[in-house]
Amino acid sequence: MVSAQHYFDQLMFGVAPYLALITFFLGTIQRYRAQAFSYSSLSSQFLENKRHFWGMVPLHYGILVVLGGHVVAFMFPREVLAWNGHPIRLYILEISALVFGLLTLLGLVMALVRRLVYRKIRTVTSLADIVLYALLLVQVGSGVYVAVMCSWGSSWFAASATPYLWSIVTLDPDISYVLAMPFAVKLHIVNAFLVIGFFPFTRLVHVLVIPNPYLWRKPQVVRWNRGPGSGA
Amino acid sequence: MNVRSQVSMVFHLDKCIGCHTCSIACKNIWTDRKGTDYMWWNNVETKPGTGFPTQWEDQDKYKGGWEKKNGSINLKSTDKKRIALNIFHNPHMPSMDDYYEPWTYDYQNLFTAKEGPDQPTAVPISKVTGEQINVESGPNWDDDLGGSPIYAANDPNLDGLSEDQKAQLQAIERLVFFYFPRICNHCLNPACVASCPSGALYKRGEDGIVLIDQKKCRAWRSCVSACPYKKTYFNWFTGKSEKCILCFPRVETGQAPACFHSCVGRIRYLGVLLYDADRIEEVCNLPDEELIEGHRSLILDPNDPEVIKAAKRNGIPDAVVDSAQQSPIYKFVIDWRIALPPHIEYRTMPMLYYVPPMSPVMSVRNEDTIEHVSDNLFHDIDEARIPMKFLANLFGGGHEAKVVYALRKQKAIRWYRRALTVGDVTMETAKQMLNEADCTVDEAEAIYRLTSLCTFEERFVIPPSHREEAIEMSQDPHERRQSTGFGFLAGPRRGL
Repeated sequence: MVSAQHYFDQLMFGVAPYLALITFFLGTIQRYRAQAFSYSSLSSQFLENKRHFWGMVPLHYGILVVLGGHVVAFMFPREVLAWNGHPIRLYILEISALVFGLLTLLGLVMALVRRLVYRKIRTVTSLADIVLYALLLVQVGSGVYVAVMCSWGSSWFAASATPYLWSIVTLDPDISYVLAMPFAVKLHIVNAFLVIGFFPFTRLVHVLVIPNPYLWRKPQVVRWNRGPGSGA
Repeated sequence: MNVRSQVSMVFHLDKCIGCHTCSIACKNIWTDRKGTDYMWWNNVETKPGTGFPTQWEDQDKYKGGWEKKNGSINLKSTDKKRIALNIFHNPHMPSMDDYYEPWTYDYQNLFTAKEGPDQPTAVPISKVTGEQINVESGPNWDDDLGGSPIYAANDPNLDGLSEDQKAQLQAIERLVFFYFPRICNHCLNPACVASCPSGALYKRGEDGIVLIDQKKCRAWRSCVSACPYKKTYFNWFTGKSEKCILCFPRVETGQAPACFHSCVGRIRYLGVLLYDADRIEEVCNLPDEELIEGHRSLILDPNDPEVIKAAKRNGIPDAVVDSAQQSPIYKFVIDWRIALPPHIEYRTMPMLYYVPPMSPVMSVRNEDTIEHVSDNLFHDIDEARIPMKFLANLFGGGHEAKVVYALRKQKAIRWYRRALTVGDVTMETAKQMLNEADCTVDEAEAIYRLTSLCTFEERFVIPPSHREEAIEMSQDPHERRQSTGFGFLAGPRRGL
């Protein structure tokens, strides 16, 4: 007999990821098409300039490295496992991952405190911001917890999480990889898809419009209404 | 030769009376929305003074504009190389404290206060938080030298003045100030455009107006730091930068921008200049002392057949060339050379020029009498109450010669007119002065005419609109006042 637990697991790890991804793609594209004006990082640096540094800088550098690590383990699991074959290299990877995880957590907490303490910042805080902070705290908190409590994550991620994620991508979800994992890891996975699903409705969309043409465009930008001036 | 046209401006500071009508006209049309309430796209500063935002000219603090390094010019704030370092936290961005916290008053209290021993008051309420605030600064906080030991004494343009000169500026009976109205300069080499990571800022090819694409701005805030004149502002509510748009919906319909139109002192002139876009980079790289001449050399003679031919080749309509030939700006800047760019050393090539102001007439104590003349006909320029060095820091890139030239010419014209109308100066002296000031009688008459008797049409020579090019012909900006800013069907909000 199939238990209720079975259905719940299927829903959490087999169905929810697709709901999240569909929402993510449809949501961000539709928002870009219909509400281009709303695509903004909604920076609050103008209202408070000092504490801003201690929140935003650790948060962003931390998350960039940590997310990058996830992507590398997802794309090159064999190479990561091979790297980890030597204990020293494993320790280096694990420790640096933890350091950047903690950096992210520190930045997130600093940003949240700043948002709550400064009256001006609170007035520009929306419901979506509050939900997002909660989701991110759970996500980063569980991530750091896993890094500390479930040792050698860089290895078992490559061995178990990567195949699971690829099974999602290839539209053939195999949830057996994640069923045996500890609760904290499951929470981290489910919450990750929650963040992805909620992504289009938050300021996170600024991630999608990072300034890429800037690095190779000419310094000055000229726009012509009548079409580029001939010879100009 | 790559000819482009630029709607350019001259502000005649000797005529500015500091009434702030321009600021109010602008505010009522463009910046009375939430998040823009602290912005003054047009503001009028008292000089000496620290300006708005406080000490905006201090580029050691704000890192605005370009700097010349190793043979090329680079943004002083954040450029491509430093973007990954500075995008999360912009290290040189002014915060609201450098401007002021906008406020209104709790007027309702005047009606609803309970009966008591004191008159009820309308307390100030922050327009950001909605809470009571203690107002500590505001726009024009140092208007007319208010609080000058704090404000005027810290004007960055006092750099290089002797202690004596600084003390003199503060001396009660020799106190002097003038007004410095400012809008966006719609530069030829705008630092704001170059700095925008999203490429949201752009210069319009047809008329050179610099705008921010509100749909592409992502609040990276680079433009706020990069503009050395601090004329891009951050809308703290919508998370978008905004700036002076030179009232382009008005200019496109043949009207002068609101601040120009409303100017009581009639100090503002607007017209087209043709310039050579291929030479901008070369000129921006000139040494400091050659910048003003280099900037002038970019501007092309609209009557030169070669220039007209090249303009045609670039698709510039004949009507725009005609307009350039009538341009009052060309006369002030090129023919008469009495209008100068502000802070050319920032190397953005501003297209708003200033005619430097005359100081009050200096008197000479002669035993028991006070005389207004000395043997030196131009003594009140050489010994002006406003030290030349101060004006040179503002309008001469630190070099006095160009400023002195402009002031001597103005002075000579005054005396020439006095010889004509008052008669207390002989025509012989007047002509001698004109001669010394590099000015002919015809030129003096023309300058007098355009300075004192100018009509609306003489001050604003706006190129005829080309309906097929105008963007907002079909929309009435007044209709959408306070609701949608410029050109949206949905009101601007913060986020989704």
